[in-house]
Amino acid sequence: MHDLQPLLATHPFFAGLEPTTLALVAGCASNVKFDAGQRVFKEGEEANQFYIVRQGRIAVEAFSPTHGPLVIQTVEEGDILGWSWLVAPYKWRFDAHALDLTRAIALDGKCLREKCETDHDLGYELLKRFANVIGERLDATRLQLLDLYAAPAGRLK
Amino acid sequence: MTSGAAVVGEDRPAAPNGADPMRPRPYRVQRIEHETSDTFTMHLVPEVGHATFPFRPGQFNMLYAPGVGEVPISISGDPSLPQVLVHTTRAVGAVTKALGRLEKGGALGVRGPFGTAWPVEEAEGSDVVFVAGGIGLAPLRPALHHVLEHRGRYGRVVLLYGTRTPEDILYAKQLRKWRAELDLDVHVTVDRATRDWRGNVGVVTTLISRVPFEARQTVALVCGPEVMMRFTVLELERRGVSADRIHVSLERNMKCAVGLCGHCQIGPLFVCRDGPVFPHARVRDLVSVREV
Repeated sequence: MHDLQPLLATHPFFAGLEPTTLALVAGCASNVKFDAGQRVFKEGEEANQFYIVRQGRIAVEAFSPTHGPLVIQTVEEGDILGWSWLVAPYKWRFDAHALDLTRAIALDGKCLREKCETDHDLGYELLKRFANVIGERLDATRLQLLDLYAAPAGRLK
Repeated sequence: MTSGAAVVGEDRPAAPNGADPMRPRPYRVQRIEHETSDTFTMHLVPEVGHATFPFRPGQFNMLYAPGVGEVPISISGDPSLPQVLVHTTRAVGAVTKALGRLEKGGALGVRGPFGTAWPVEEAEGSDVVFVAGGIGLAPLRPALHHVLEHRGRYGRVVLLYGTRTPEDILYAKQLRKWRAELDLDVHVTVDRATRDWRGNVGVVTTLISRVPFEARQTVALVCGPEVMMRFTVLELERRGVSADRIHVSLERNMKCAVGLCGHCQIGPLFVCRDGPVFPHARVRDLVSVREV
């Protein structure tokens, strides 16, 4: 388990974290692999992990009865996937599957939640970092919602 | 009238090629390619007896659909092949729909070229990052042609291109060819897709942190909807690219194209004459003022 600590230390998400705090996080980390096409998680299931993608790509999807699965985001090397583990009721909101052979570090959300409850410094550090992740996702989602590339509604020539 | 602006008929500005900038020259459609459901590319040649004209990447022409009206459209062809004018247009209004209805041999008028160019010469020796959104790829394509034709003069060359869906990707065949045959790093992302799409999904700004380029030695050329450009500039600056090395192409309501009528005025600048390509540092304070 702890041999993942040096790897986590190189990721920008954990930049500046004290080694002792990072060791607590690394204690909840494990390596995972998904084959191309393999499901990573499914909407409604318990969300007990987040992932740091090391290699490959993962598609996040929303299922529409009329359109089937719609890809709303892809994540790749270096990206963080998943924050439902942090927010009650800890259920995945979307589906995700690997587009290619994907290797990632999985962080056990239950394990982290327990540690955060007893170590609020750790909890605050993680929340600060996830606030950035969530903020970036929110910005991106808002831009997608604006449908910027559609034909302009005004000044038509 | 803005101080320094000329009066029609009194001090009319000359077009860079010496032609009367207010008189459309007769052109005919050589061929039309349908790029997407609402976007098409016209290849235009001058009427017999009329000369072609050179242009610089980033410039635009006023295209006149006879009896309907005139519209500013960026030139999207290869500047080393000016004998055929290439324009990619989205059919959204009366004029562009009329242009879209033209067939091979159809007649139209062309005034131009107008405006400023992408700084492709100044960018030599630097990494070049192109960031395009939607039909914003069209005004960037002449600069891509230029850079790729002089590939050895540049460092890393990256194209980041965002569009709505996979079906809305412009110049898809050419992008595949450039990616396969030339030293161009192409990253395409779409806002939404079905599972058939194997590429990226997400906004184009998210690509900026993922691609390798030396930020302090990079010139960025950005074209797309203004909101997209605003967020792109923020990301580029966050990455370390300075505002004077980021160039944007602004779209305003160009009418006369020679800096007389004021329809495209933004503060002290006329987009048709002083732009459409600007260093971001020159317009950053203007584009944030909603009243202009």
